[in-house]
Amino acid sequence: MNVHAIRAIYMFEMARTWRTVVQSILAPVISTSLYFVVFGSAIGSRMAEVDGVKYAAFIIPGLTMLSLLTESISNASFGIYMPRFSGTIYEVLSAPISFVEILLGYVGAAASKSVILGTIILLTARAFVPYEIAHPVWMVAFLVLTAVTFSLFGFIIGIWADGFEKLQLVPTLVVTPLTFLGGSFYSIRMLPPAWQKITLFNPVVYLISGFRWSFYDASDVSVGTSFAMTLVFLALCLAVIGWIFKTGYRFKA
Amino acid sequence: MPSATEPIISVKDLTKTYASGFHALKKVDLEIRRGEIFALLGPNGAGKTTLISIICGIVNPTRGTVRADGHDIVTDFRLARAKIGLVPQELSTDMFETVWSTVSFSRGLFGKPKNNAHVEKVLRELSLWEKKDSKILTLSGGMKRRVLIAKALSHEPQILFLDEPTAGVDVELRRDMWAMVRSLRATGVTIILTTHYIEEAEQMADRIGVINKGEIILVEEKAALMEKLGKKQLILKLQRPLEKIPEALAQFALELSKDGLQLVSTFHAEREQSKIASVLRALAELGIEFKDLQTRESSLEEIFVDLVRARA
Ligand SMILES: Nc1ncnc2c1ncn2[C@@H]1O[C@H](COP(=O)(O)OP(=O)(O)OP(=O)(O)O)[C@@H](O)[C@H]1O
Ligand SMILES: [Mg+2]
Repeated sequence: MNVHAIRAIYMFEMARTWRTVVQSILAPVISTSLYFVVFGSAIGSRMAEVDGVKYAAFIIPGLTMLSLLTESISNASFGIYMPRFSGTIYEVLSAPISFVEILLGYVGAAASKSVILGTIILLTARAFVPYEIAHPVWMVAFLVLTAVTFSLFGFIIGIWADGFEKLQLVPTLVVTPLTFLGGSFYSIRMLPPAWQKITLFNPVVYLISGFRWSFYDASDVSVGTSFAMTLVFLALCLAVIGWIFKTGYRFKA
Repeated sequence: MPSATEPIISVKDLTKTYASGFHALKKVDLEIRRGEIFALLGPNGAGKTTLISIICGIVNPTRGTVRADGHDIVTDFRLARAKIGLVPQELSTDMFETVWSTVSFSRGLFGKPKNNAHVEKVLRELSLWEKKDSKILTLSGGMKRRVLIAKALSHEPQILFLDEPTAGVDVELRRDMWAMVRSLRATGVTIILTTHYIEEAEQMADRIGVINKGEIILVEEKAALMEKLGKKQLILKLQRPLEKIPEALAQFALELSKDGLQLVSTFHAEREQSKIASVLRALAELGIEFKDLQTRESSLEEIFVDLVRARA
């Protein structure tokens, strides 16, 4: 294991985060806080409780997930796309490191950022809305697992993209809609029965439901199912990355 | 442990077909000797960068094997790559990093523990020390190329690849670069450089390999190659037309143009270095005046044509 190399990539990526702290940390924290203020405090006071939880508190796990997903994807995809775009990838490819080590460096850094961001968002939310965490260990597990899984997903996008538009395409056209429709703002039990079925095809439902369960001990789908679905998505991403490394797809001519 | 006489790089039957179907390398065999400066000479698109990229692990070979210091570059890539430093043809650098951090990054990437003294030494030798805290973005093109060299040297490689190190580089930096290459060689580093310029290969290399259309046409000691290849022409535009070439000039094998206003002398750059002076002296003695004088060297293209014809 080339530990020096993993550390070099990891530190390089983290340094990039601190250099762009306004864009990479502050911006998502502020925009999520705006949701807390608008939907939580302003409108939320007029909304009914969901599953015995105040609406303002109810939306916190979902909104945190929303940021976690989008930021994991954008961090990881940008992290690997930039060296491909600028040509500096030559150095990583010519270094005495394996693909696993490349992955640990880039995805490890992207996931770390997301976990830091998620934590800051949850702490900020506390300033607006009182909430409890029923299962803290599970909460951390879901947070870390989601950050890792979607950083892997972002890594795939960063390899697949051959232009900046494509980098934005999946996050804006696929992930954000799925997250909004995945129960960030409502329990899927509030939907008409037909939509309740359809919505189960949305993988984000399971993430949000599981994460919310770790807070309020109430969920749309069982925690076991949520956890399993997250692992399935993780395995899927790993399989695709395995294939990319094996074939050199858009990575190595 | 590989012995000292074993080639430091050995390329066997190396073939590269890109996904587009293009055959960039065709059954290349090549051996680089330990401690030499080897120049790989060839026109645009010959396959120089492809060959280097495969040896360095950036491009996958289609067929064939490469060993670096005895280690197979695929099955034993960690040991092979740790020995190699690469300065790429393109100026691909980070932008917002400082010189210091990008060079330290390279060292870590190649698995070496932090060593500020070594990084400082490299930066000083490349006259980058004053710029160590500057963002790369703010450096000139020549400086950026030095940064790429510093990155390649950060992990103390045994083998250094320089892919067109002097393209777009001014005279001073070129001279610095040549001096650096020589001093590296003195410490035992093997250097492989690519170039379009015969003069550069001539100045620098111990041996020269010529590649064209994905095939190595020849590999020779520099002296032997210059003997074969280096042709010069002396072109004289005369004040007054000549009817025919005077007897006294017969020994120089000159050619006279139809209008009698131009004399051309073709000779070996290496073997007949004093020929220009002799021709001019003879002209002066005969009272033949000229209004213009040009010399030109055979271009790489002409040399390739010669070589290919010679092989056919
Ligand atoms: N990724 C690629 N896909 C398809 N063809 C490629 C690829 N990279 C290079 N080639 C082709 O392979 C050939 C050899 O390219 P290469 O870059 O090795 O040449 P070179 O000798 O380094 O040329 P130059 O002197 O211009 O740098 C060229 O015709 C080039 O177009
Ligand atoms: Mg090239």
